[in-house]
Amino acid sequence: MAEIALNAQHDPEAAAAARRYFWRRFLIYAVLALFAVIYLAPLLVVVFNSLREQSDIARNGLISLPRSFRLDAWAQAWGTYCVSGTCEGMKRNFFNSLWMTIPATVISTLLGAMNGYVLSKWRFKGSEILFNLMLLGVFMPGQISLMPWAFLLGKFGLTNSTYGLVLIHVVQGISFTTLFCRNFYVSIPDDLIKAARIDGAGFWRIFRKIILPLSPPILIVTVVWQFTGIWNEYLFGVVFTSGQQQPITAALVALTAGGTTARAYDVMSAAVLIGALPPLLIYLFGGKYFVRGLTQGAIK
Amino acid sequence: MSTRDLTVPVAAPATPWRERLGTMVPILVLAPSLAASFIYVFVFTLWTLYLSLSNSSLMPTYGFVGLDNYASLWANRRWNIAYTNLFLFSGFYIVGSMAIGLLLAILIDQRVRGEAVWRTIFLYPLAVSFVVTGTVWSWLYNPVDGIQAFVRGLGWTDFSFALTANRNTAIYAVIITGIWQSSGFAMALFLAGLRSVDPDLVKAAQIDGASVSRTYRKVILPTIAPIFLAVAVIQIQFAIKTFDLVAALTRGGPGVSTTFPAIYVYDLMFQRGQIGEGAAAAMMMLAALAVVLVPYSLWIAWRRRGEGRNG
Repeated sequence: MAEIALNAQHDPEAAAAARRYFWRRFLIYAVLALFAVIYLAPLLVVVFNSLREQSDIARNGLISLPRSFRLDAWAQAWGTYCVSGTCEGMKRNFFNSLWMTIPATVISTLLGAMNGYVLSKWRFKGSEILFNLMLLGVFMPGQISLMPWAFLLGKFGLTNSTYGLVLIHVVQGISFTTLFCRNFYVSIPDDLIKAARIDGAGFWRIFRKIILPLSPPILIVTVVWQFTGIWNEYLFGVVFTSGQQQPITAALVALTAGGTTARAYDVMSAAVLIGALPPLLIYLFGGKYFVRGLTQGAIK
Repeated sequence: MSTRDLTVPVAAPATPWRERLGTMVPILVLAPSLAASFIYVFVFTLWTLYLSLSNSSLMPTYGFVGLDNYASLWANRRWNIAYTNLFLFSGFYIVGSMAIGLLLAILIDQRVRGEAVWRTIFLYPLAVSFVVTGTVWSWLYNPVDGIQAFVRGLGWTDFSFALTANRNTAIYAVIITGIWQSSGFAMALFLAGLRSVDPDLVKAAQIDGASVSRTYRKVILPTIAPIFLAVAVIQIQFAIKTFDLVAALTRGGPGVSTTFPAIYVYDLMFQRGQIGEGAAAAMMMLAALAVVLVPYSLWIAWRRRGEGRNG
């Protein structure tokens, strides 16, 4: 940069080149900034509206800078806002989602890690075929499983419960977590495992002492994928739970559908943000590794 | 073979039971997941297939009616709207998000400052649920409170932007929102692809005097062609499974104008008590996925084998 600028004072050709370079860079940043505005605008609108007075929103529309900073809407959305008769806000649904997402994420990730370990380091006759069969689960549309799940959850006494959703998400998630972990463990050299076996280490010892310590990169990918996917899932939530038992995605749709009163955009904005915050935080902390892992997998 | 089988019990005392159990451990570890996946993939699919051939209405029943449900599904006007929407949506959504994703990836690839910040901004919608995205955009599309009101407030008083209020344009609201949600994902995959291109190849093109755009068109993009296909396949899957976005954004309306197959399955099964026909619609969704995914996986397998042979 500096060199080009210096030369520009002496050499007209270089000056033209420097100008061209400047405009090229300017254009790149201008287009990026334009898209950044488009991507950030909806988020800013919601954040602003959660802080504005409802009367201000009613008068000036949704897209406007906040004239006041108040957290009333957040408090209402969290604890007191009324949805179809009950006035407990989103907090119960938030915890439903949390108690659904955390166990389902942990269980499916652990199972995926163990399955991936078996399918990459303890292959047996037919294990490749079994792996490919498990992979099919990745592509299954949820709609195919709705009626069977309805029947099974009824049999197990898990209808309208968070445990039922945990079960569904674990079974659905296994194929993803197994795929991620298996593809990662394949790249761990087999010699490492062989050496450990010669030293007398068994299945579990190798898993704990060799595989797990090497796993954090793929476990981050798996956890981010499962957590955001399960937290954000809507179909199973709306089909298999109702009212107080709903996860937050289903509750949000119910909340914003209510056409009884004038639309309380301030409270609804806060509710939407409460529903969006956990996966956003997970993404901000783990996103870098997640994108790296995901793109590596996709390019292979 | 049989003699060896016979000798095993004799040899058994020599191998302690712990060791023999040890060889079973990997299979025992895999077994529960395998059983669950098997039930989930095969039993559930056959189950729904059977329901689609049954006379189930409010409750699943198992009287066999052949292809009646499929016939009445395809005769239904709303199903026609649903799959027409699916085609329209898939086309625009895939082309749109790939075009924007590629543009952003190429721009970020020009050694821009703050790359991590740009990437985070373009990718964060991926972490947000379709429910949240759909809800927020439904407000923005609302002519009374949203973008239309905002632009009119700026002084352009006859500005019109009311996509979701009109039957003919509501589908485009779904398309725009879908593109907004997932072009960052396309960008991430394209960017990783651009970074995987051999730098010597690019240098050689530059030494030959190729301009930047020519280098991209003739050298870089052709080498990442498989990524285009991968992105397209992933997006088609999203499109076929689209449910949450529409449920939160337009709820299938105005009228039935933004009905999608996934929405229709839900309606048939849980709102109208036509489980048999709903199962038929679900099977059609599976068929659509298979039409895309089976050739793609065969192609991938074929390419791998080719690489294995050459490499």
